[in-house]
Amino acid sequence: MERKAVVLNSKDNVATALTDLQAGEVVEMEVDKGAISVTLVDSIPFGHKFSLTNIKLDLPIMKYGEIIGKATADIKPGQHVHVHNVASTRGRGDIAK
Amino acid sequence: MSFWGYPRLDGAIGTRNYVGVISTVACANDVAQWIAKQVPGCALFAHQQGCGQAEPDMELVHCTLTSLGCNPNLAGVLLVSLGCEGPIDDIMAGIATSRKPIASVVIQELGGASAAVAEGSRLARQMAMDASAIRREEVDDSKLMIGVKCGASDPTSGLASNPSIGAACDMLIEKGGACIFGETPEMMGAEHILANRAASPEIGRKIIEIVNRMEQRSLAMGVDMRGANPSRGNIAAGLTSIEEKSLGAIVKGGTTPIKGVCEYGERPEGSGLFIVDGPGQEPKAVTALAAAGAQVILFSTGIGAPHGFPFVPVIKVTANPKTYQQLSEHIDFYVDIGGGASHKELGYDILMETLAVASGKKTKAENLGYVNFTDIWTAGTTF
Repeated sequence: MERKAVVLNSKDNVATALTDLQAGEVVEMEVDKGAISVTLVDSIPFGHKFSLTNIKLDLPIMKYGEIIGKATADIKPGQHVHVHNVASTRGRGDIAK
Repeated sequence: MSFWGYPRLDGAIGTRNYVGVISTVACANDVAQWIAKQVPGCALFAHQQGCGQAEPDMELVHCTLTSLGCNPNLAGVLLVSLGCEGPIDDIMAGIATSRKPIASVVIQELGGASAAVAEGSRLARQMAMDASAIRREEVDDSKLMIGVKCGASDPTSGLASNPSIGAACDMLIEKGGACIFGETPEMMGAEHILANRAASPEIGRKIIEIVNRMEQRSLAMGVDMRGANPSRGNIAAGLTSIEEKSLGAIVKGGTTPIKGVCEYGERPEGSGLFIVDGPGQEPKAVTALAAAGAQVILFSTGIGAPHGFPFVPVIKVTANPKTYQQLSEHIDFYVDIGGGASHKELGYDILMETLAVASGKKTKAENLGYVNFTDIWTAGTTF
């Protein structure tokens, strides 16, 4: 069976879609040789990310086993994770320091 | 392994054999272009800089032009100057250290554009005739420096094409070759990984320094960098933050120790993996790789970046199947994620393609002539 999505590191709380995925689809992925399964809340375009866990406001988003930003809202498993609910923490001249 | 290249007097090997017609200031671009167009065997380098800039930027422009002139893909160099931008003796002297033929024309001294085109064409034609007598020889692949760049990235860049290119870099470096990558903004959020791979603590500190310096520029502007980098296209394709883009970008250099960090326009010495400071924007980022001495460039793209470079072949690599199908006239190599091959196996195939291009096989960008409109990056403003 063709893989629908990939989790790059066991620390990650998001997966990347390897094809266009529809809301309601159940996506199975391999993490550290174990299988996990997530039911998609949103449709996820090719290359975009969805959540694997409950991610609370302000907590880090993890991909490649590294921090790629922080949640700007509570995110549920299967939700689209992108600029609408993730802020970058770098190059932020707009935030007064 | 080996490739067939043009031997130069300083021991370097060219993968192409052009006479470089290099404009020293934006105001000389047209004349440089007219000369390059009418003399077969010439490659134009034009840009928007060279005047009205503070001393550090003027030095950076002269350093970059000197380094470009020294690139082994150029058999000879003709500098085209307006005149009032200031003397170009330092550029002439710098390029002369590579022992290749070099000449110049100064538009204001010669009595205008027509006279400069006539004299410049005469000089370039002689150099092109001489260059045509140089034959390719088989040389060890340790004589190669690959420049590495990613542009119009999408999530497939970090997942597949960049790590496969990285594997190709690891293989070339193991054989004694060199690789260089830049795009300092795309180290933000991943600089700790690169610094940990630095060959010395000093090099590690320099990596952190160039990233902080670049980030300060966005802080000084009082803006969120998102939208500029990652670009609007990156974001539409699924890249959420500069951190995510960076983590996918840095793997294009492979996994070997970082042997040095160059300022923009500088050339590294020796073999191994190097970093050059500069922006991600293509016309300026690819210039930094050519100035560093790269004789061939591996360029990964997700969405489809078509741009090459006037005298360094740029090999376009994608892992996005839609891009490969829709933009096949721009893509040289497809990294098939679904094929089951490892990054190492794909990296080997990429290195073989690189050696073929280094030996004379044309890239899609060369074949289309999609190679002009370069520029030089400067840190400060224009006055």
